[in-house]
Amino acid sequence: MTFIYPTDSNKAHPLPLSPDYKSSIKRAPNKPLIPMRHTLSELTGPVYGHETVREGDNDLTSQHSGEPLGERIIVHGHVRDEDGRGVPNSLVEIWQANSCGRYVHVRDQHPAPLDPNFTGAGRTVSDAAGYYRFVTIKPGAYPWGNHHNAWRPAHIHLSVFGHSFVTRLVTQMYFPNDPLFPFDPIFNSVPDEKARARMVSSFDLENTQPEWALCYRFDIVLRGKNATPMENT
Amino acid sequence: MQDNGITPSQTVGPFFKYGLTPNGEYAWNDAFTSSTLTPDVTGDRIRVEGRVFDGDGVAVPDCMLEIWQADAQGRFADPQDKRALPNASFRGFARCGTDKDGNYAFETIKPGAVPDPDGKPQAPHILLAVFGRGMLRHLYTRIYFSDEAGNAADPVLALVPAERRATLTAMRAVGKPVYRLDLRLQGDNETVFFDV
Repeated sequence: MTFIYPTDSNKAHPLPLSPDYKSSIKRAPNKPLIPMRHTLSELTGPVYGHETVREGDNDLTSQHSGEPLGERIIVHGHVRDEDGRGVPNSLVEIWQANSCGRYVHVRDQHPAPLDPNFTGAGRTVSDAAGYYRFVTIKPGAYPWGNHHNAWRPAHIHLSVFGHSFVTRLVTQMYFPNDPLFPFDPIFNSVPDEKARARMVSSFDLENTQPEWALCYRFDIVLRGKNATPMENT
Repeated sequence: MQDNGITPSQTVGPFFKYGLTPNGEYAWNDAFTSSTLTPDVTGDRIRVEGRVFDGDGVAVPDCMLEIWQADAQGRFADPQDKRALPNASFRGFARCGTDKDGNYAFETIKPGAVPDPDGKPQAPHILLAVFGRGMLRHLYTRIYFSDEAGNAADPVLALVPAERRATLTAMRAVGKPVYRLDLRLQGDNETVFFDV
């Protein structure tokens, strides 16, 4: 038996065409999306055990011979659905800039140093309760050419799968009280203020480790299953 | 006060390649490749390829595509599919970035028919999710096959205006198990995307 995911949940997402984000202007569909009933194809999704993830892939500070530069942080939280259920065995992939705001990418030409001890990619699988944890470096803000004096707020990209192809989510985790929020068209592409706030992590003193690393909590909420069951044939 | 609303989507941006599609270009192992093939997979091996274009017809070099599909018997490698029998290590998921000319390609098998919610067979299809810079949320579409008679009765294709169905139909090459489908994010021949 599988369940239908309500499409109402999608209202939290950004509008495809957000003209302040210039790259969306030629890449957002002009025609309305065609609504359809979920079939088994949409209601199933790739399943991951731990076999694609190596031990240590969730520690971005230990991938090279030396310590990366910048502020070491812990990022942790739960992958849940709208009904508050933890989503176990969900692959969580992250990627980010280094502490100077530079990505390891051939097209990133921001004149900030690359850190030989930090490449900015990690992955983990949520446990039976949906819990995940990373150790990384707080990314820096970086300039981008979208508009005059455009700087992205510091952020970590996250990719999460959930239980079906329609719960697939790619998002960005931001840091509390970033002064760049009001000026960032990607952050502000999410129309609802409460939904926007869900992309901002919270400082977690309780799990901050003395003499070692600050901690941020970021819970990821995927679409939940409607109560209406659908029998498989 | 716990807020149970979903976490909104954000763009993968232009710099996802290290994390998601290293494809041997970076010192980070791939979680996924552009192939679903496993040594024990059964079914007809095919290649699905094409290019991605923006509203100006310019190739999109920073797209990421993901496919999800049934096996040759129409069964998904997911415990939620109670019909599934462990017949192979086939998983049905693959990921691919576009190159500088907007090209993508997947090596996979031709999927079998999957039932719709009423139990009627859908025509063989592959689910496709399109991510990229400039795309605040990924787009969902489907890939159908030009040589499948079942397309005419497919309940999802039937939702699509007849003149737009070609945007979902990969054309089989002559004499080769290769299907070709270009994706247009915007414009006159815009690919059909679904609200799921």
